[in-house]
Amino acid sequence: MRRSRFPIAVTGLVLAFLYLPILILVANSFNPARYSSRWEGFSLVWYAKLFRSPEIWQAVRNTLLIAVSVTAVSVVLGTLAAYALHRWSSSRLQRLHFTLIYQPLVVPEILMGISLLMAFVAVGVPLGLFTIFLAHVTFCVSFVAMTVLGRLQDFDFSVIEAARDLGASPWQSTRRVLIPMLMPGIVAGGLLAFTLSVDDFVITFFVAGPGSTTLPLRIYSMIKYGAPPLINALSTLLLAVTLSAVLLSQHLADRRSGAG
Amino acid sequence: MKRRKAEWLTSLPTLVWLTLFVVVPTLLVFVIAFRPANPYGGIGRGWTLDTIRALATPSTLLIAWRTLWISLLTTAICLVLAVPTGYTIARAPARLRNRLLLLVIVPFWTSFLVRVFAWRSLLHPEGPIKKLLEALGLAGPDTTLLYNPVAVVLVMVYTFLPFTILPIYAAAEKFDFRLVEAARDLGARPFQSFRKVFLPGIRRGLLTAVLVVFIPALGSYIIPDLVGGPSGEMLGNKIAQRVFSDRNLPHASALSAVLVLAVLAPLVAVLVLQRKDKKSKIIMGEAP
Repeated sequence: MRRSRFPIAVTGLVLAFLYLPILILVANSFNPARYSSRWEGFSLVWYAKLFRSPEIWQAVRNTLLIAVSVTAVSVVLGTLAAYALHRWSSSRLQRLHFTLIYQPLVVPEILMGISLLMAFVAVGVPLGLFTIFLAHVTFCVSFVAMTVLGRLQDFDFSVIEAARDLGASPWQSTRRVLIPMLMPGIVAGGLLAFTLSVDDFVITFFVAGPGSTTLPLRIYSMIKYGAPPLINALSTLLLAVTLSAVLLSQHLADRRSGAG
Repeated sequence: MKRRKAEWLTSLPTLVWLTLFVVVPTLLVFVIAFRPANPYGGIGRGWTLDTIRALATPSTLLIAWRTLWISLLTTAICLVLAVPTGYTIARAPARLRNRLLLLVIVPFWTSFLVRVFAWRSLLHPEGPIKKLLEALGLAGPDTTLLYNPVAVVLVMVYTFLPFTILPIYAAAEKFDFRLVEAARDLGARPFQSFRKVFLPGIRRGLLTAVLVVFIPALGSYIIPDLVGGPSGEMLGNKIAQRVFSDRNLPHASALSAVLVLAVLAPLVAVLVLQRKDKKSKIIMGEAP
């Protein structure tokens, strides 16, 4: 039967629509012209400017400091939560638990930002790196929990029982069997948490204080008040980093499906 | 008894964390909306209804209305583009399908701010689109592409489209395409079989897609801030203005409370739809 070509044409247009703006941005990061309408030859002048900017380096340091600690904490909390959600999935406590974990995934970021700001102001916590850390863990935990939960859903618990029958203690069977088998899910969740933390603007914007500027906050103020070509260069570097993260997580996913 | 203990031990950390940082702060937003502001940008003593009354001004209503129509239009355009795309990816041969999926997922992982910025430079008065339109005689020197609601919708569609394609693809992949062929054999025209067989077959994916666009669209802040200008402002911008320019937290809380209720409405609607349709369940965790 003849199939319509219309959906294929739309798909082509959609992919062009998704990629052209990014490709133009990457190309322009090598263009010495201040505005993107004219190509003036290949140049690394904006990258050189970028590397000489101390504010950028300060922001990179803050961003990485937050992202690493957020990833560590949310991987532990999220994995524990996923285990509980899966193991006792029919209990009332876990239904409540699931609803809570679901919230950060559906609530618009600005609501999370403003409500956390209100809470920090009401309690009198000074805004800064620590409040950003607390806010990021709050949404990253949910993403880690969901990713690990996906992995648990095709986990065969009879393996654990076998380990127990062979004399392993509960702790041994967890550490030697369960955690290694969940590893791809845990790593994928961790990568997701790391990327989300590095990328977050809205929530960070609300709970940041003086001296806690992260990379997205810096990019935002550059977009509003600074030189566009510098942002092109910075964006291209950021794209390179996130692209590696996607390829890495894809690779892990492939290995997972390969293992069956 | 031992099982109960293990369950509590593994659940307690996230339960406590999310209660402290999600439940309590959300309730606080509703409480602070009834508090007066103090002149130092903090929260005053006593209780007042003035903030809630101040919501009924024409300017706030105009912004609420604009937030609603921009979000609805964005959702509609995303669906129109995502359904054929999700369909094509689901029907592609396995190798090509994985490539196409990766192409949809990559923008999903790239910085949101960077993607908005890319459009800001494209639509800039000195940017390529303006020059192209001028060369084609479609735009004069005074035409501005940035800072209007159309630019907001365009960039919102751009940033939300991958989120729409994924759930539709996930549903289309599980869809049994022999049903479409059966409909065609029984004399249905291609569009009829698409509308009467395929679309109902992927309704779970469609509902998820609507939620993952419409809800964040209602809470948009960056996009209207960077490409919307005064005529493209949305509720999110008003909230941020109340916090950062006016230093009036109760006002910001009242506006946020409106937004919370606006977000709850579609969620409750979907829950009701789900009740009616017992065998379908909305799972948003299907996206990677």
